[in-house]
Amino acid sequence: MEEKDKQSRFEVTILPHLDAAYNLARWLTRNDHDAQDVVQDAFLRAFKFFGGFRGGNGRSWLLSIVRNTCYNWLEKNRRKELGTVFDEEIHLLEDTAATPEMRLSQNLDRELVRQVVAELPVEFREIIILRELEEMSYKEIAEIADIPIGTVMSRLARARKLLQESLTQRLAGGTK
Amino acid sequence: MNCNEAQELKHAYLDGELDLVRNVAFADHLKSCAACSRAHQDAQNLRSALRSEKLYFHPPPGLQKNILATLRAETADAPRPALLFPWHWFKLAGITAMVALLAWVVASGLKPSARPDQLTQEITSSHIRSLMANHLTDVASTDQHTVKPWFDGRVDFAPPVMDLADHGFPLIGGRLDYLQNRSVAALVYQRQKHFINLFIWPADAPANTGEQTTTRNGYNLIHWYQSGMTYWAVSDLNRSELQDFTQLIRGQTVPAPKP
Repeated sequence: MEEKDKQSRFEVTILPHLDAAYNLARWLTRNDHDAQDVVQDAFLRAFKFFGGFRGGNGRSWLLSIVRNTCYNWLEKNRRKELGTVFDEEIHLLEDTAATPEMRLSQNLDRELVRQVVAELPVEFREIIILRELEEMSYKEIAEIADIPIGTVMSRLARARKLLQESLTQRLAGGTK
Repeated sequence: MNCNEAQELKHAYLDGELDLVRNVAFADHLKSCAACSRAHQDAQNLRSALRSEKLYFHPPPGLQKNILATLRAETADAPRPALLFPWHWFKLAGITAMVALLAWVVASGLKPSARPDQLTQEITSSHIRSLMANHLTDVASTDQHTVKPWFDGRVDFAPPVMDLADHGFPLIGGRLDYLQNRSVAALVYQRQKHFINLFIWPADAPANTGEQTTTRNGYNLIHWYQSGMTYWAVSDLNRSELQDFTQLIRGQTVPAPKP
């Protein structure tokens, strides 16, 4: 009976966030099949730990589990994609240099944008997905990615700069 | 504010994470500085490209079903000695998922009396989801003459819509919802901090009935048939106030307005 209750509460508070879960997993694993596996696994874990969910933001709670599951998967299957984080302090200093000559048009080719996001190192990619596609606040992102808010801000700045650079490069060169 | 400061705050500004004072100072700076203003425009262009629907991956249709089957198997499968051997446990989960799916297929073929119970669950879930997903209304209006025509062409019936603000139940808006494999009208009313979803769709039989009151997961549900329509009111409001509400709806629905 109690299990049944847990199940229906879970279906009402957590299951509606399946879209967000799949979107994040799909972006982090970069393919549909693995994203589905990861999401299934994440939901199973979420269900097991559901007793520890104290209400509040179900989407953040689920996404932090999805993110961890993705990282476990990456650790196992895409080892070399991890550990590419730059020395953020140094790059942050570079970031403050204005680059007025780069302009981005109002109607950027969405497919091109999709490509450059997919090519971002995973630590930056996840911040972009959470901030721009899920529209989460710095605080929520910090909780999901388990990093300080300051790091969220520096990674976001870095990620946007990388995106802008590769976009202008592609648009100028026409090719890679 | 100078350009260096603006450069440091530009992301927080774009993301709406600045406090009011610095937000105003930044906006002022943008007005007076062409370079920063261009950079901000670029950042906004990038953002709108990122937020296009094309970049959002939606789960394939079968995924939710698979997850539900796995969870149900998990619930049904109480003793779990295989916890020590996760690889066995995954196999077991797969098998029980299949068994559960089979059982479900068989059971749904039989269709016993589980139907009304399933409907109350469906309605309660719809109600909760409407409050959670920031999607309470498709058309937000307190004006019944805006809400009622909104349903034209969206559902194949005309739901009676009335504002009960004078009685302390202001109309908040309407929403299209999906219950029992059909589109239904959901009218949203408010009582202080509580929301009421009133689901309406055509009844199979044109009979009028009295009210049936149920409780599900702490929510009160009241159901009746009237003038060829099925009504379900659901809310976390206490039962007697919800009954006041349904009395008002019923009272005002019965007599067809005569000139």
